[in-house]
Amino acid sequence: MYGWEMLSFNIHDGFLEAIVRGNRSGLLTAADYNNLCQCETLDDIKMHLTATEYGPYLQNEPSPLHTTTIVEKCTLKLVDEYKHMLCQATEPLSTFLQYITYGHMIDNVVLIVTGTLHERDVNELLEKCHPLGMFDSIASLAVAQNMRELYRLVLVDTPLAPYFSECITSEDLDDMNIEIMRNTLYKAYLEDFYKFCQKLGGATAEIMCDLLSFEADRRAVNITINSIGTELTRDDRRKLYSNFGLLYPYGHEELAVCEDVDQVRGAMEKYPPYQYIFSRISYGESQMLDKAFYEEEVKRLCLSFEQQFHYAVFFAYIRLREQEIRNLMWISECVAQNQKSRVHDSVVFIF
Amino acid sequence: MSSDSSSWARALVHISPYTFSAIGIAVSIGVSVLGAAWGIFITGSSLIGAAIKAPRITSKNLISVIFCEAVAIYGVIVAIILQTKLESVPTSQMHQALHLVSSGEFILQFQMIKFPIYRVCVGIIGSSCALSDAQNSSLFVKILVIEIFGSALGLFGVIVGIIMSSQATWPAKA
Repeated sequence: MYGWEMLSFNIHDGFLEAIVRGNRSGLLTAADYNNLCQCETLDDIKMHLTATEYGPYLQNEPSPLHTTTIVEKCTLKLVDEYKHMLCQATEPLSTFLQYITYGHMIDNVVLIVTGTLHERDVNELLEKCHPLGMFDSIASLAVAQNMRELYRLVLVDTPLAPYFSECITSEDLDDMNIEIMRNTLYKAYLEDFYKFCQKLGGATAEIMCDLLSFEADRRAVNITINSIGTELTRDDRRKLYSNFGLLYPYGHEELAVCEDVDQVRGAMEKYPPYQYIFSRISYGESQMLDKAFYEEEVKRLCLSFEQQFHYAVFFAYIRLREQEIRNLMWISECVAQNQKSRVHDSVVFIF
Repeated sequence: MSSDSSSWARALVHISPYTFSAIGIAVSIGVSVLGAAWGIFITGSSLIGAAIKAPRITSKNLISVIFCEAVAIYGVIVAIILQTKLESVPTSQMHQALHLVSSGEFILQFQMIKFPIYRVCVGIIGSSCALSDAQNSSLFVKILVIEIFGSALGLFGVIVGIIMSSQATWPAKA
C-alpha cells in the first residue's frame, strides 16, 4: 500500500538505496562540463576526468587516447557499480535490476545480427556490444539465418525468450526486418517491465510507470519520424507502438497516419507535457528533437530522487550515467575533430 | 449450569488481577524496545550505505540512533513506576478495587502502543537525515529539528503514563 513501504523498505534495500544515492553525488556537474568543454585535446579531457570519480579507470591509459577508449572506460565504471549493486540485492530488487539491462541485451542481439548480415567478424562485433547486455552464448547469434533459428538456437535460454512470441516469422533476416524485430522486442520488453512495476506497487509503481510511459511515448515518436518515407505500412507502424503511456490509444491513431514531421508535431501538441518539448524546436527541424527529449528525460529522472524508499532511484541512476557517458562521448568527439563550437548542441546538463 | 453469557464474565472475574498488571508491565517494556529496534534498523541501514561515499556523516548521525534508543528507556521508566504500584492485597478485601487498579494499568499499556509509532517516525526521519547530510552537510541540523519534534511526542506518552499511574492508589482502608 502506498505510504507504508517506509516501514519495511530498509530491511532489504535500505543499504543499496543509500549506496545509489552516494553514487549519484558523483555524477558530473555543470562546472565539470564547462571545464571539459574548454579542453583543447583529448589529453586535457583525460586530465580533467582523472580529478573526478572516473580517475581510477582512466589513469593508466597511455596517450594517444581515442574517444572510444574514454567511452569504454567510463562504461566499465557503470558496469562495476551495477554489478556491485546486483550481487548485494535480494528479490524483488534483483529482478528489477536485471530488467534494466534487457534493453541493452536487445540492442546487442540486433547489433550482432546486423553485423553478421553485413559480413563482419564476430569478435569485432562482440567488442562493440554494450557490457551491461552481455549474456552467455551471445557469440552463437552469428550462426542463425532467420528468426526461428535465432530463437531456437540462442534466445530461448535468455530472459528475452518471452518477448519473441510476437515476432517469430520464417522470413530471412534483412535490414528492414531486423529493425522491426528490434522494435517489437523492445515493445514487449517495455510492457513486461511496466506490468512488473505495477505488481510491485507503492511509490515504485507510480514513479516507474511514469518514467516508462515517457519512454514508450518517446519511442513512438521516434518510430514515426524514422519511418516516414519508408515502406513500413501504417498497420505495421501501429503494431510497434506500446500499449501504455500518455499517447495510448488516441495519440497512436494520429501518429500512425502522419507523413511528415509537422503532422507529428500537430498530433503531439495536444498533450501538455509534449507540447512544451515541441514548442522549443522550430518548424521543420528534427535534430533538436533528440536533445529536447533527452532533457525532458533527465528532468524526470532527477525528480525521482526526491522520494525515498522506492526502486526507481536505481533505474534513474543507471539512465543518468548513460546520459553522462553520451555527453562525454559527444564532447570527446567534438574536441577530437576540432569542432568545439558544436559542443553545446548535444550536451545535456544533469545538474 | 449457568448460561453462556455469564460464564465468560465469571471466567474473567476469576482470573487473578495480578495477571493484568503483570501483562501491562511486560507490554510496556516489550513494545517500547520493539519500537526502538524498528527505528534503529531504519536509520542504521541508510546510515551505513550513505557513509561509504561520505564518511564524515557517521559521528553526527549517531544522534538519530540515540533518539530512537531513548524511547526504550522511557518504556523501562514506565515499567518501573507501574511495578512499584503493585501491592499484595488480602484476597478477602476489595477484590473489585484490585481489579480496578490492575485494569487501570492495563489501559495504561495502550499508551505504550504509541511508542513504537514514534520510534518508527524518528527512524524514518533519521534515515532521510543521513542521506541528505551525505549530499549537503548544511541540511543535518535542520532535519534534526524535525526529529526532535518527533521524539517530543514520545515524551508526551511518558508524561501521561506517569500522571495516570500516580493517581492509582488504594483507597484508605476504612
